[in-house]
Parts: sequence; structure tokens; C-alpha cells
Amino acid sequence: MKIHIKNGRLIDAKHGIDAIQDIFIAKGKIVAIGTVPDDFQASRIIDADSLIVCAGLVDLSVRLREPGFEYKATLESEMDAVVAGGVTSIACPPDTDPPLDEPGLVEMLKYRAKNLNLAHVYPIGALTQGLKGERLTEMAELNDAGCVVFGQPDGLLTNLRVLIQAMRYASTFGFSVWLRPQEISLTSDGVAHDGEVATRLGLPVVPVCAETVALSNIILLAKETGVRVHLCRISSAEGVAMIRAAKKQGIAITCDVSVNHLHLSDMDIGFFDSNCHLMPPLRGSSDRDALRNSFQDGTIDAICSDHTPVDEDAKLLPFGQSEVGATGVELLLPLTLKWGMEMRLPLLKVLAKVTSRPAEILGIDAGHLSVGSVADICIFDPECYWKVTPSTILSQGKNTPFLGMELPGKVKYTLVNGHVIYEH
Amino acid sequence: MQLPDAEVLYKDLEKKIRVDCDKDTALIGIHTGGAWLAERLHHALEITQPLGTLDVSFYRDDFDKVGLHSEVKRSAIPFEVEGARIILVDDVLNTGRTVRAAINELFDYGRPARISLAALVDRGGRELPIAAKYTGIELILPADKMLVLKRANSGKLSLVLHEKNMPE
Amino acid sequence: MINKNPQLDENGILQHLLTTEGLPASLLLRILDTAESFVGVTERDVKKIPLLRGKSIFNLFFEPSTRTRTTFEIAAKRLSADVINLNIAVSAQSKGERLLDTVNNLSAMNADMFVVRHSQSGAAHLIANHVRSDIHVINAGDGSHAHPTQALLDMFTIRHYKKDFRNLSVAIIGDILHSRVARSQIHALSTLGVPEVRVIAPKTLLPKMVERLGVHVYHDMAKGLKNIDVLMMLRLQNERMQGANLPSPEEYFKYYGLTPEKLSLARRNAIVMHPGPMNRGVEIDSSVADGKQSVILPQVTFGIAVRMAVMSILAGN
Repeated sequence: MKIHIKNGRLIDAKHGIDAIQDIFIAKGKIVAIGTVPDDFQASRIIDADSLIVCAGLVDLSVRLREPGFEYKATLESEMDAVVAGGVTSIACPPDTDPPLDEPGLVEMLKYRAKNLNLAHVYPIGALTQGLKGERLTEMAELNDAGCVVFGQPDGLLTNLRVLIQAMRYASTFGFSVWLRPQEISLTSDGVAHDGEVATRLGLPVVPVCAETVALSNIILLAKETGVRVHLCRISSAEGVAMIRAAKKQGIAITCDVSVNHLHLSDMDIGFFDSNCHLMPPLRGSSDRDALRNSFQDGTIDAICSDHTPVDEDAKLLPFGQSEVGATGVELLLPLTLKWGMEMRLPLLKVLAKVTSRPAEILGIDAGHLSVGSVADICIFDPECYWKVTPSTILSQGKNTPFLGMELPGKVKYTLVNGHVIYEH
Repeated sequence: MQLPDAEVLYKDLEKKIRVDCDKDTALIGIHTGGAWLAERLHHALEITQPLGTLDVSFYRDDFDKVGLHSEVKRSAIPFEVEGARIILVDDVLNTGRTVRAAINELFDYGRPARISLAALVDRGGRELPIAAKYTGIELILPADKMLVLKRANSGKLSLVLHEKNMPE
Repeated sequence: MINKNPQLDENGILQHLLTTEGLPASLLLRILDTAESFVGVTERDVKKIPLLRGKSIFNLFFEPSTRTRTTFEIAAKRLSADVINLNIAVSAQSKGERLLDTVNNLSAMNADMFVVRHSQSGAAHLIANHVRSDIHVINAGDGSHAHPTQALLDMFTIRHYKKDFRNLSVAIIGDILHSRVARSQIHALSTLGVPEVRVIAPKTLLPKMVERLGVHVYHDMAKGLKNIDVLMMLRLQNERMQGANLPSPEEYFKYYGLTPEKLSLARRNAIVMHPGPMNRGVEIDSSVADGKQSVILPQVTFGIAVRMAVMSILAGN
């Protein structure tokens, strides 16, 4: 299959290219950019006039809900949603049931995903067995099975000795460790930011210090062990400031933020909207503003969807009992574009946060458009606004705080390995 | 439409009631107009039993249609209802439903020996078998109009005709 | 998902009573005025009126509370409604039935009104947002969020003894952090124009940014009680008396328990209130609870009238 994408505005964050240029694809790879290669006979021509052509998005947190939670979503439903969002590579947190702590589970997931022939799936291996924070997993074995990084998504390990050993062990093999900084003992049954809204609504809180105390521990241990640490879902202004300072010291850390937290604050909880029950909790508007501004100097590296489809029943509960999370892989591009427009940032910089930077963090060769590289491509119409409704999103989870909103950016084509796997 | 002078009607009503009054007679005014009239009568007729007032909001039969009246007053019956001879006073007698509610409420205070009814204006249109013993005047009025008793700051009473927007 | 304020309809008519927050003063006063008339009814020999005859009121208590449930039950019965008590804490929920399924099942039994008590903040909102449109919901306490009828009966009591809200200083004392009563009181007091509302508690029992609700924060009873007209004591839950919140009930009593000596620091004619049930010797000394400044028992009596008022206004809307 030879594809010619013509007349599109090509944006490649990695190489700093933003120009009208054609792309030529053959045998799953980009064979030329700009000028047509000799003897190139396109079997398909995609006219990308007034569209943007960029690398397929790389999403650092997408829960496919398999194994274990198939009633919430299935691999099939969510992989369709992934490519509909222009996303071509995803990292999957290990908090499945059972958790991704055994090579067999990882192999099965990779195999099932590969058979669907859609986006590339990169499972995040569990850092500890059963994610219980007690015993290390067989990281090297898991790596052979396909885990590229290792994580502990449910907050910091209660036992710091296990954490430091896990870091040392991971760094032995050069694996990076992904942690969501949240000190469990300061969290207990908390569901909301410790601000005016939680005070008004009488909701138990996850204080900002739960994040900063954990960050402080992680940063010190990262420095001690030299392991590469990726900090997931930073939520507070103070947290951002700590990461900025640590990066200045030269500590090997990167971090991401969920796209929800770039747009929402605890005020959006309104009258107990369980779709705003997220973790970390939506914080104050000053925290949100700090997150929105922290890309300029590179403190925050990447934006992810933190895609978490939840069945309706699990959201139709009192706020504190409702299940955490929002569906979002299809909203990653629109919400990132919206943030970029509101911040008046050039598209080149905006798209870097969902393509080249997350690919580097994940350690994969993706997120860029280069001759010779795999043709994972997203083509979207930046001018097309669409309304988020249960029927316009493909994910089995319809749980998002953005329901009813009009968002910019409609994906027209998604290519993976040089095949058009989604078109609208 | 020329309405009669409420003050003249009142004088007439007072005269009619006076004939039947004795030391055992008790007066109860229905909020709000009936309470004003009962207050005047109580004073003029030198009635020894303390004056009672009723707000029948809690006993109305149109609660399901119109809900609770927005300004409910407290009913106050400061005498023993059991065995009492009561004259119930209202400003305008129409369907009879207000009087029905008032009688029901009274029976929750006790079993009176007798209840009779006084109304400043009887405008007809009865939907229940209720009749006034004392009336100031009988008037025929268009069914879509509401007759209301007003009291000026000076205490002077007058009648006003409104468009009907609420059932009695 | 529906996420509007479900208490008022588009015309500002009260459909449910979920919280005192956001309700206009005129509406709060109407409830108090109506309750005034019901006090008259409750003083009669025949304490029953036919207003809600034929209506079915379901007491849905997902959290046990005999006391509050009883006051709602008495109020409903005095209005001639049929009352069905469901102690769901020990039935359906333990079988894993979903909250809204329980509610839907009961709606199908032709309920007219639900009185809901739940351990989770926002439970009453959730139910109100999902019941049939002709059913009214009264929040009888949800988590640490709101307890509007308690706050309204407190306002009724204050007005009864102090006549006017607009020159009062009120102190709410105790576990503000976990108290739905305190939150509802604070909103009602500020809507009704009380110029000075204070909260007095150790820092472990105060939520963050509580001053944003319009209160002044004190940690010292001697300072906080100065020039106070109304003292609103809160109940301290047993499980919070010792541990990470407080060291011991004794120490709490010594520094925050209301004793005659501490009461003497407030205005001479100050009144003392408590939502009950009281922990004597923990948040309040017996001599104060039973003393002549205490209006704790009248609160209970007024509570029936206030709940009758709320039920009859809602049922009529």
C-alpha cells in the first residue's frame, strides 16, 4: 500500500517543521517528505488540504480495562476510541485485575492488541507484585514480555525501603520508574482538593501536601538511586515548583499532567458531579493556572488523557463512592488544542506535548515524522468544532466532565504502520 | 361597577348580630378580612369572650391544586371551644369552601354547642350546603371577578373587585 | 450527567430541600413563618391537620438515626401523611443493591416524598437528580455536607428568642470539619443577615478555608465567646474523641467544653443550643445543658413544626 498525503500542513515537533508538505508512504514507512520519490505510484491519495498532518499522538496513560474490567470497556471498544482520537501509541497502566505483574498477562495483552491491528500498546509493568508495594516484580522478565517501563499508579509505596530498592533494581536494567506522587497516609478516604469547594460540600480531602510530601520523597530517592523517574499526573502549583527546582538540580525526572487538569478546577464539581471525581483531585484554579503555564520552561513534559472508562452504574453513586476517572483518549487532541489556543502557543510547541515528548519519555521511536520511520500519522481538521456527547465518543465509557462541550479539532485520518485505520 | 360602601354594610351587619349576642357568644374571624370584621364587632358588641382568629390554610381542599398559601397566619382560639356558641365571621361568602375548612379546623379544637356564620357580603355561587345567618348584603357578581375587603391605615373598610386568578 | 442545582425549579420554586446554601432569605423566612403557624397546631389537643392526607412519605435512612427519623415521622403524621420507615442501612444496601435502584423501587410504590439520610455527602442531590419529577426530596443529613432542616429549626429557635437576626453574634463550637449541621447553619445565618458568625475549634476540627464561608475563626473559647448572643454547640462523634483528631475527651472538655464559667464569657442573655444527642461532660457540661440559658428542648419542639412546614410547602409546590 502506497499512500500520498498531499497539500497538508505538516507539523513535526521533533524537527521543528511547520510547512505545507506532502508525505509519501510505502511498506508502512515514510519514504519521502516534500518531493515525490522516483517511481512512486500511490495506491491511495489523501487530500489533506486545510488539514494538519502530524505524528500520531502518544498517550502516556490509557486504561483499556483488560484484563478484569471488561464490563467497563473492552480492548475492542477502547482501541477504536484510541485511533479515533488520532492516538497511535499508548502506555497502559498496570492497574488491571489482575495487575500487570506477570509476563503471561503482558504477553496476552500485547497479543490481543496486536491482533486488532490498531494502535501500538505499551504496557506499564507493575513495580511490585500485585501492586501491593511489598515485593518486587520480575522486571527483566516483564521487559522481555513487552513492558518498557514500570509503575505504581496508586500513589506512593507505603514502604519507602521497598521503593528505594525497586528504583535501584529498575535502574540496574536501565528501566524508568513511573510514579504518581501521592502520600497515602495523608489521603485516607479523600476524594477532593482541600479547598473551598470541599469545605462547602463536606467532601473528604486529598491535600496538596499529599502530593508534595510524596514528590519530596521521590525526588530525594531518585537522586539517591540515579533511576530515571517519570512523575505522573502532577496536580498542584507547589508540585510544579518542586519539579522545576529538581530539574534545575539535574535530577533525571520528567512529568506529565492529565489534560483534564489543564482545563478544570474543583469548582467544576458543582453539585457533586461524579464525572469530576478524578485522582489526583481537580485542584484550585491557581493550581490549574500554574499547570497551564508550566510548559513554557519545560517543567511539565507531556500531556496525557489519563483515559479511564467507567461504567455508568459506577458513576451513579454519591460523589465519594463513585468510581474515579474520566474517559478521554478521544479528547486528548481537542483539549490540548484548546489549551494551546487559549495560551496562544504555536501549534508546533503544543503538539510536541502529545507526540515527540511523550515518545521520548516512553523511550519509543515514535511521535515524529522522519523519512525511514514508521508511518504513524494523525490528520486532523483544526477548524472543525464538535460536540462531546455519548454518541460522538466511541469509548465504552461516556464519563467525562466535558460532555456537552464544543471542542476544536476533529481527527480525519489515523494511520498506523502506514495503514489508514481510522477515517471520518 | 359601583360597589356598596363597606362601612355601611358593616354597620348593618353589626346591628343584625347585636340582637342575638349575649355573654356566652364567642367571635372567630377568618383571616384576613374576617379577622378585621371580628375585631371591630368584638369591640363594638362588648363581647366578653376573647376574640379568636382562624387561618384555614391547613384545611383548604385545594392544597393539591395551589399548594400552601404563601403567608400562613397562626390560628388563635383563646377560649374553650367545647360547648361554645360561636359566630364565625368572614368578609365574602362565595362557594362556602372556606367556611367548610374553618368548621373542620374548629372541630379539632373541640365540639362547639353551635356555630353560626356572619358575612359582610354574600355573593352567591355556593358549592356546599352552607348559609350565613347574618349578612350585610347579597350581591350578584360576575363569576370571573374576585371581591376583596381592604382596610386602610385609618381602619376604614372598603370593597374592591379584582380579576380572579385564584380559586377561593 | 445532570449537574444543576436541583433544589429550585426554573421559576425559583422549591422542589427539594437539600441544603440551605443558595436559598433566598425570603424562602427561609417563609419556612420559618409557616412553622410558626404549625407551632400553634402542635399546642392544640388535636395535633393533627388533614393537609397531606393520602400522601406517602418515605423515610429513607441509609444511616441509622432513630432521633431524626422520629421527628420527621411525627411531623408527617401530624400532617396526616402516611409514613413508611425504611432502615436501609441494614437491608438493601447490605445486599449490594444500588442506591438509585432502591430509590426507583420505592418511587414505583407511589411515593410523594423522600426524607433521606445518608453517610455520603451529595447522596440527597444524587437522588433528587434522578427521581420522578413529582417526587420531593428532603435531605435529613448527607455525610458532612448538609442538614438543612436542623439548621432551619435552629434559625427558628434563634428568631424565637432573639427576634431579629441582623444584630446578632453567633458562635458555632466544636467539630466543624465533620459537621453537616455547622455547614447548613453557616449558610442560613449569613443568608438571614447575621453580621458576625464565628467558629471555635481546635485546628484539627476545622476544614481548610472555612473563612471563605463567611465566618471568623477562633481557637480560644475565651476570645471567641466574647459578646456572643447565640452559642451553637456541635456533637463530637465518639470515634473522633481520641486518636489523630483529639487526644482525649477530657482535654477537649477542658478547652472547648461549655461550662458555666465559659458561658459567662458570652453576653449575659446568650442562649445555648445543641442539635443533640449531647455528650454531657465532653462538649457541654450538664449544668449548662439543663441551665436556664439552654434552649435545647424547645429546639426539639420547634423541630417538628419546622419539618411540618418544609413538608407542606414542598408537597404543595
